Amino acid sequence: MVKKTLIPIGPYHPLQEEPELFKLYCEGEIVKDIKWETGYNHRGIEQLSEKKTFDQSFFLVERVCGICSTSHPFAFANAVEEAGNIEITNRAKYIRSIVGELERIHSHLLWVGLAGHFLGYNTVFMWAWKYREPILDLFEMISGNRNSYAMFKVGGVRRDIENNKIPKIKETLDKFKKKNDLLVGAVMDDPVIHARTKGVGILTKQDIIDYAAVGPTARASGVAIDVRKDDPYAAYPLVNWKVITAEKGDVFAKAEVRLLEMYESISIIEQCLEGLKKEKEGEIEVKVKNIAAGWGTGHAEAPRGEVFHYVLTDGSNSPARHKIRAPSYTNIATFKKSCIGQTISDATISLAAVDPCYCCTERMAVAYDWKTGERILNGNELIALSAEKTSKLKNK
Amino acid sequence: MGFKEFCFKKSLWLFHFGGASCNNCDIEILDCLTPRYDVERFGMLLVGSIRHADVLLVNGSINQRDKSRLLELYEQAPKPILVVAIGACGCTGGIFAEGNTFAGPVDKIIPVDAYIPGCPPKPEAILAGIVKLLNK
Ligand code: SF4
Repeated sequence: MVKKTLIPIGPYHPLQEEPELFKLYCEGEIVKDIKWETGYNHRGIEQLSEKKTFDQSFFLVERVCGICSTSHPFAFANAVEEAGNIEITNRAKYIRSIVGELERIHSHLLWVGLAGHFLGYNTVFMWAWKYREPILDLFEMISGNRNSYAMFKVGGVRRDIENNKIPKIKETLDKFKKKNDLLVGAVMDDPVIHARTKGVGILTKQDIIDYAAVGPTARASGVAIDVRKDDPYAAYPLVNWKVITAEKGDVFAKAEVRLLEMYESISIIEQCLEGLKKEKEGEIEVKVKNIAAGWGTGHAEAPRGEVFHYVLTDGSNSPARHKIRAPSYTNIATFKKSCIGQTISDATISLAAVDPCYCCTERMAVAYDWKTGERILNGNELIALSAEKTSKLKNK
Repeated sequence: MGFKEFCFKKSLWLFHFGGASCNNCDIEILDCLTPRYDVERFGMLLVGSIRHADVLLVNGSINQRDKSRLLELYEQAPKPILVVAIGACGCTGGIFAEGNTFAGPVDKIIPVDAYIPGCPPKPEAILAGIVKLLNK
């Protein structure tokens, strides 16, 4: 019998910027099973959110994940606005979509860079991150910060994109498009990248459906799901664009989908900018007095897939219950399919291929007593606690 | 020249510990390596093991699960080591300080030599912080 070896990756591994622990069970060089452990990143955001007002919560949900720091406020705004039956102005819709798409570009570039780094192609890493900088500069111009833009609020956006900023945005995007051509060329034509990524970490269409994967991970296996098309929000119904899909489901297909999606994002932004010119400057928010008791759900297509927020309101100015589900939560489960049977050297890129984000995904399963180290709650007990809270709210 | 100055005279190697963060600070630290900021021109290098690092960069709020790991890392580090707390979370706990898993800001757990505030601090700020620390 071949002996199984356990190879741990993490929790603090130079390969990852986030703390998480993977355990690869290998026979020889082949990965036979994989387990992962999270919790190193748990911050208790849902619970914190219930202590904050709706306005404050936006700053919090933005910090669920720094990379997709618009998608969470986006979904949260959709949820609160559904609960409060609020219709926002067209200008606010355009601005929201512009920020969302700029973020998609910077996030995809970040992934391309990291994927290059994982393959040992540091040139791709440096290139992609260099081209990402002008996009971050745009963010700084629009919102005042490179990441975590604080643009969203209930009923609209906090800052306007004045018409005099439009030419600069257009110019930057034009320049970026040329850079992206270069990057796409470099990835698509490089025989080594082909050899390393084609046929690696394959997820079939059925796998995607079984694991309910979302976002570029699903689209690379020929499942054309995209919240922006399936349940349009903000300015997406007002512009023309198409959902990019690929068929193969391997790492290469995922890279292809992401690279081509950036062109779609550019086109969406350009159309939104045209739309902005037609709307009156300054009409960026509707005044919201209070949010009635009720509930709302909101989703948004983050760079990694569907972000889902559920908000229960009780007529006060803060959420009574706030539930977040980030795309990586379902995408990470596909590791069970994509990594098993690969060699260890291919496992890293297969892990990276879904662009997992652990700070979004963090869940708590067990609680320990702080002082004695004693285990005080297990999963079932936590569920019972949660059920108790729901019934309390119901009876209120 | 004291022993400490002697140790930090030449190229500094950095080790990055990301606690319970939102990932932004982590990304900004990585950003320092990329062409626009390029810390490697100062001889700074992000290394994979604390055992050959001169500087420990800590970002993110520290939760109960991270705390023992951070302590362990600090114990493994060759001394003297400079500890830099990065971001609002690293300095004070930031927006997560009221969370139910929060285990105290970095300076409650290990001694900190420099604080770089910001949420996230810009790469320029991170560079400036480390340079200031060196000239101290
Ligand atoms: S300081 Fe801000 S950007 Fe940095 S980890 Fe904390 S919340 Fe994220």
